[in-house]
Amino acid sequence: MEFLVASAVGLLTAAGVFLLLRARTFPVVLGLTLLSYAINVFLFSMGRLAVNLPPVINDLNKGYTDPLPQALVLTAIVISFGMTAVIVVMALRAYLESGSDHVDAMPERRSGGKDGQ
Amino acid sequence: MGARHCRAESFDAMPPVGTLGPIKKQPGWTMSLALIVMLPFLGAALPALMIRAGRNACALATGSVSLVALVLLLTHAPAVLRGELVEAGWEWLPGLGLNVNFFLDGLGLLFAGLILGIGLLIIAYARFYLSPDDPMGTFYSFLLLFQGAMVGIVLSDNVLLLLIFWELTSLSSFLLIGYWKHLPEGRQGARMALTVTGAGGLALIAGMLLLGEIAGSYELTEILQQPELIQASPLYLPALVLILGGCFTKSAQFPFHFWLPHAMAAPTPVSAYLHSATMVKAGIFLLARLWPVLAGTDAWFYLVATTGLATMVIAAVIALFKDDLKGLLAFSTVSHLGLVTMLLGFGTPIAAVAGVFHIINHATFKAALFMSAGIVDHEAGSRDMAHLGGLATLMPITATLATLAGASMAGIPLLNGFLSKEMMLDAAAQTSWAGQVWVVPLFATLGAVFSVAYSFRYVVRVFFGARRDSYPNPPHDPPVGMWLPPALLVMLVVLIGLFPATFAGPLVAATAAAVVGGPLPDYQLALWHGLTPAVGMSVAAVAIGLSLLWRYPVVRAAWQAGPHPEAKAMLRATIDALVSTSRELVHGVHNGSLQRYLVVMLAAMLALGFTVFLTTSHAPGMRPTLPAVPVAVVAWLLLIGACTTAVLLHRRRLVALVAVGVVGLIVSLGFVYLSAPDLALTQISVEVVTVILMLLALNFLPKRMPAESSVGRRLRDATIAGLAGLGVGGLAWAAMTRDFESLSGYYLEQSLPGGGGSNVVNVILVDFRGFDTFGEIIVLGIAALAIFALLDGALRGSVGRRLDAWVPDQARSKGRHPMMMVVATRVMLPLALTVGVFIFLRGHNVPGGGFIAGLVVAIALVMQYMASGFGWAAQRMKIDYHALIGSGVLIAAVTGVASWLAGFPFLTSTFGHFHVPLVGDIELASAMAFDLGVFLTVIGAVMLALANLSRIGRRAAHQAVNDEPMDAYRPAVLKVRPREA
Repeated sequence: MEFLVASAVGLLTAAGVFLLLRARTFPVVLGLTLLSYAINVFLFSMGRLAVNLPPVINDLNKGYTDPLPQALVLTAIVISFGMTAVIVVMALRAYLESGSDHVDAMPERRSGGKDGQ
Repeated sequence: MGARHCRAESFDAMPPVGTLGPIKKQPGWTMSLALIVMLPFLGAALPALMIRAGRNACALATGSVSLVALVLLLTHAPAVLRGELVEAGWEWLPGLGLNVNFFLDGLGLLFAGLILGIGLLIIAYARFYLSPDDPMGTFYSFLLLFQGAMVGIVLSDNVLLLLIFWELTSLSSFLLIGYWKHLPEGRQGARMALTVTGAGGLALIAGMLLLGEIAGSYELTEILQQPELIQASPLYLPALVLILGGCFTKSAQFPFHFWLPHAMAAPTPVSAYLHSATMVKAGIFLLARLWPVLAGTDAWFYLVATTGLATMVIAAVIALFKDDLKGLLAFSTVSHLGLVTMLLGFGTPIAAVAGVFHIINHATFKAALFMSAGIVDHEAGSRDMAHLGGLATLMPITATLATLAGASMAGIPLLNGFLSKEMMLDAAAQTSWAGQVWVVPLFATLGAVFSVAYSFRYVVRVFFGARRDSYPNPPHDPPVGMWLPPALLVMLVVLIGLFPATFAGPLVAATAAAVVGGPLPDYQLALWHGLTPAVGMSVAAVAIGLSLLWRYPVVRAAWQAGPHPEAKAMLRATIDALVSTSRELVHGVHNGSLQRYLVVMLAAMLALGFTVFLTTSHAPGMRPTLPAVPVAVVAWLLLIGACTTAVLLHRRRLVALVAVGVVGLIVSLGFVYLSAPDLALTQISVEVVTVILMLLALNFLPKRMPAESSVGRRLRDATIAGLAGLGVGGLAWAAMTRDFESLSGYYLEQSLPGGGGSNVVNVILVDFRGFDTFGEIIVLGIAALAIFALLDGALRGSVGRRLDAWVPDQARSKGRHPMMMVVATRVMLPLALTVGVFIFLRGHNVPGGGFIAGLVVAIALVMQYMASGFGWAAQRMKIDYHALIGSGVLIAAVTGVASWLAGFPFLTSTFGHFHVPLVGDIELASAMAFDLGVFLTVIGAVMLALANLSRIGRRAAHQAVNDEPMDAYRPAVLKVRPREA
């Protein structure tokens, strides 16, 4: 199970980073979303994996998994949403201003955008 | 001694220091020492306030601050003249070795006396000098700030404290030099002074830190005890060079002398105060202060004495050819500072005595001369020699004062300048330079020659000769308030000149003893020492100097034929070159390309991470792993498929978005399986909102895009991405296969008894770590407001016009609001809201809570917008989302503050059990109110973001807002919207 999670985190990171390096805004946003998943799962996995041990106090439970990474990741998920929303809107505004959805597009004069380096 | 973490061993030897209290000797007196420094700072606000009561009140208030400080200083004078050391202070940042320690010895007394005494005269003088248009309150405030900083320098025991005051003098002198903001020369001069002295200040900081490092203490009284240790250290030379860098720039020594004449653009009181009596002497002061530990070596002699000698001669030569009175005085000041520097550089006690004596004498005659120049400028309307002359009969008082002071500067007998010049020449006659006995005496005499020449030129060209008819103003003597200050100084010039042992003897002795740090040699402050070589040099200097003046036109022509490097242009060129170089560098690295930045950052992170990983040894983790169930493997395969799809088909955006949505779903399922129900709920609801958001945005972004990355670029990116994935995945694997210690045991134990809830994750969020959550909802609110600002602005200007001209790139669906969906969402709304409230209420004990409930309710509301149209929904939901965010944050804050009122720390929670009829026993925690804040903020933030995105959509759709037609109960409306199409 640990291998599945670790490899999933690695794959998500790789996919996220690759998309992050694209030249158009929408893939970058998607890349950021994938990277957020990767980071959230990574942080969550720092509490180690446990099955059927939710951190809800109950006399019938055999034990509990670590609640702290969960609490941190919960807020992280919401904050990543906020961040994604801001990035999406910035991409949108940049596109409306410049007429190009290139990540390095400049308003007005350089409407075509240029390719990276 | 308190906690001295870093340098404990070296501080052990220090005398005990009480915390926040006076120390050492004379407990009753010591606080007043710190007060002397603090008074000008405290009083700096006074002139700015008192100016409302008039200019006299303002000057009086300022003067009384200086006067009180001076009186306090004089109360210590008897003890200091007896040879005692007065100390005061308290610990400030002992861990850094930074303490507010002051001490007063002869040297400090001399300088503090000069600063406060001359400061008092300058304050009186400035009252009459400044015109009614000048903001006098500001002037006096700056002046007091400067005064406090200067007194701080000369009384500081702690070198770090001294450095702070040193920088303060640079800053406050910048303000004073640039006081006449409307004059470009003033601004340029202020900038140049700040650049040069600020750069020197940086060098000084480094040098002083090195010195403290060598001596093992940052207290001067400690450092001065260890000359052998310091001079034997390999760090001695670097420390010396750096400290001299600070001193030479501040005291305008060659080749840093060029800033001082430009600083003369300041009002004359500033020039007289800063550039003759005080600030430029700060460098000299520090040379004298550190003389016991730094002087005596060859390096000191060749660096300091040579610099001083060169400065003395060069500046004296330049001064002779200045027509501007203040320019002449400025260069003569540089020259005299060079003289003192040279004397200190000789490294012999007798030369140090001469240097100290000359500091006193120079301060008196030069400040008087500056004030007389100011009077001439003020009353005759010009300070250019070309427009002056013959003023002696028109302004006799000023002429008398200036002549006496000028004669003293020339070194004419019976005046104090003569005495110290004799001692200088005497010391020079006994000094050989690199084995050559003639070098120092010859150049010293040369300096004296030019000193005589420019002094007499000043007096003769301004006050004697024929009267003119064309003075810019009709000249006359100034009011008494303006001539009295220089008159007092000239009185000192004469008295010390006639009776040096009486009027200057004790002060010179106390000061010189402090400089030398040991027994003084035999010396006499007297008019006549017999026929020494110095007398011959002196006579020669006067004779040659006068003959230079006699043949002045010839001399001047010769001077003008020579080269004249323009320091201002050179400094500007240097700074321009620095600026353009850094601009090239910055623009070269920061070319504005996001892709480049990301590649560089990622590559750097990978390099760092892999370097550390590959250069250390690792053992495999021993923690037993969980078995992988078949369902998990299937989900894993799905995840791989979705990721691959997103990467390979990212140019087909809708497909890529769906793939990312699938990933989100699998992550949620993973959370469910791995005992994180709260995370699963949050993830799934965030997923829904995110997809809606992206769809709304995608509506305006191109649906497909060209492939523009080259194969090489994609290969490079894939390599970086692969390595990053390998690194993060490997790290996760390594962490998960190892055991760990967690502080969660506390949370699990305390959740019920301490937080009153059994859902530990929720209790952590709203209680244990409520402060984090509080910050996070604020961030979320700010993010929503940023989105609002970005989109609201987009509705106006060029973007607004672009939206008006928008042509949708995809055909619109004819039935924008399908009946099925409209009905379903409306039926579901109460249900969804109930679910939301239910999730909120139960959150403290079972999975749920404010975050999740907020998201669920937001989704329910967004569904109405989607199904029935924005206009319809907006008309029925008149909720101000800004207010919702604000009230959410406020409720959370009030919950926190309430615990303050009850006497507990911020956000301490409480809970209790209540019996409600029919429902039974329920438990209410104050944390629930906090969670309510979270709940409201989340709804507000999500709705604000989405609602504003749809506003853009409406603007671009060019259609009337559908406030009526969607209503399923109006058949008439249905008719106009054919469903079969």
